Amino acid sequence: MQRLDYFIRKAAFSILTALGVLIFNFLLFRIIPGDPVSMIVSPRMRPETRERIRHQYGLDKPIWFDSGAVRETGSLLAGFDSQFFLYFRNLAQGNLGESFRQHRPVAELMGNRLGPTVVLILVGELTGIILGIILGLLAAWKRKTAIDTVATTIGLAAWALPPFWFGILLLILARGKLPMGGFITPGAIYSNPFEQLQDMASHVILPATTLAVLLFGSYMLIVRNSSLEVMAEDYILTAKAKGLSSARILRDHVLKNASLPLVTIIAMDLGIALAGTIQIETIFSWPGLGRLMFDSIAQRDYPVLQGVFLLLAVGVIGANFLADLTYVALDPRVKA
Amino acid sequence: MTALLAPVSMEKGLTLRAFLRKGGGVLGLVMLSFIVSIAVFAPWIAPYDPYEIVEATTSDVLAPPSAAHLLGQDDTGKDVLSSVIYGARISLIVGFSAALIVVVVGTIVGMVSGYAGGWVDMVLMRITDAILVVPTLPLMLVIITVAGRGITNIILVIGFLSWTYAARVVRSQVLSVKERQFVMRARAIGVGHLRIMTVHILPQVIPVIFAEGILDISYAILSEATLSFLGLGDPTLISWGSILNRAFLRGAVTRGAWWFLIPPGLALAWVTLSLNFIGNALQELINPRLQTHHLFDERKIVVMNGFLGGAAAAAPTPQPLASDMGEGR
Repeated sequence: MQRLDYFIRKAAFSILTALGVLIFNFLLFRIIPGDPVSMIVSPRMRPETRERIRHQYGLDKPIWFDSGAVRETGSLLAGFDSQFFLYFRNLAQGNLGESFRQHRPVAELMGNRLGPTVVLILVGELTGIILGIILGLLAAWKRKTAIDTVATTIGLAAWALPPFWFGILLLILARGKLPMGGFITPGAIYSNPFEQLQDMASHVILPATTLAVLLFGSYMLIVRNSSLEVMAEDYILTAKAKGLSSARILRDHVLKNASLPLVTIIAMDLGIALAGTIQIETIFSWPGLGRLMFDSIAQRDYPVLQGVFLLLAVGVIGANFLADLTYVALDPRVKA
Repeated sequence: MTALLAPVSMEKGLTLRAFLRKGGGVLGLVMLSFIVSIAVFAPWIAPYDPYEIVEATTSDVLAPPSAAHLLGQDDTGKDVLSSVIYGARISLIVGFSAALIVVVVGTIVGMVSGYAGGWVDMVLMRITDAILVVPTLPLMLVIITVAGRGITNIILVIGFLSWTYAARVVRSQVLSVKERQFVMRARAIGVGHLRIMTVHILPQVIPVIFAEGILDISYAILSEATLSFLGLGDPTLISWGSILNRAFLRGAVTRGAWWFLIPPGLALAWVTLSLNFIGNALQELINPRLQTHHLFDERKIVVMNGFLGGAAAAAPTPQPLASDMGEGR
């Protein structure tokens, strides 16, 4: 019953927060000074045309509740034909509006960009996690030696480097040897799938490295710290007395228990990973959601900006919820 | 239980002499003083005024370092060194101002939450968790796009979105101080709540929030640099992030103009590292619990604590969300 209680509490929190984000999103773009449709409406248009466009985007309806319609039709339901409820109704249907610039549904634009972002985040996170685990275990096992000091210093220094600058640094260093950006070489024709894989790999290596460098520092330090705690436990002493090799102890006993806090940190750092991804995609011209966000800001394409923000925020909220569940599932000692 | 959680004693160690004995802290202080002096004395140090319009020829565009321009010239022929020097001003101003907001709001929220307990605590911590969960950079981007670019907006946005760690740290400290003898006695003789908070608890909170605040400055500086790099900085001001934004957008990478690209980033890393060194040294001093555990090398654990920006200080063993685990610990 404790588990169920925990689950309900976590779910309620996540849903409420997501709802808060949705409402915040709705309000934000309606308090913009000036007319939101002024982006696509030229002052030279006839007033009728402007009104038609505003009607098309539903911006001529009352914001919260249409009391006028209730009075006219006598039905309470008609009152819900306001911008607020229209917003939620559209969301439920997956309608995120239409881009001001490209006149295509926002959801469609975002769908095209989702894949590359997922690839980048997966590769970057995995690399960062593996790097963090290896270095963290190493530093903990060789505590107080030069290896430990070097590893911890590198981890701390890596966090001080802004990812957008580090990415530029990599670009300068790799100029001529690796592609400067993009997902694949434009217009390339491959003779076999292996070549295609090679091409994609050469494109993803720099962005993923930048992301991994951003993340591995905190992963390494948390693995190191919790490894140190675990290594002080009696059962590790038993394992050593039994004559198990260091590698075996590290892998089977230390790592399993030390990786639990790592799950929490991975979830906590998702915001950092996302921030890094936005910058990395901008620098490496990676055709993902981060770059879409950057472009929409530059072009003042508010519907797209709104849509991407919504997706990212709700995504992170959901991921945190999953991480909370995973943590409780993995560690029976946690009193939920 | 509270003994384990008693991080601070004012009587013990937060003196200038104790701080000077920490090598990392001194190094950080030296590094920071260097940058601050550059920012303060910028008009006298910089060879040119980067806000001035220059007449340039094509040979001036993205010109490599020379005797007249030690760090070369940018895409409009302006001196890069002067821009970097003046950029320190904006980065430091934004950093300190935003950190001030963080410290003030975090302290108020943390103290009220920790002292009041009960549902006030729960509601405040839930709000804090909600802000923590939403990804920060996208939120900042969205708000600045709507509110408009400008240094005031940037400071406000960074400040009001970054106070959550500080609030957690303060709350944790308040929870442990609240149970100590002198507070209990003050309550027993009927001292009012507000007075207890300000006169008795606050002095114990200040060292903790000070150490946390130093790390918040570096976080704020990095945030401003990121916002400026992504094009949402103040268009009328030069900051390190905006220098990199221009460099990147005007093709400095393809032209290999490293003198335009590397210095601003190095300056950012310099400031961040210096503040981290100072912050870590401070946390070492105020957290004797870490110094007594014989199984750990305190410097490495403090590095981790400082690194996680106080999240570890607020939750000694990582847990999903501190607010679930009840109060105290």
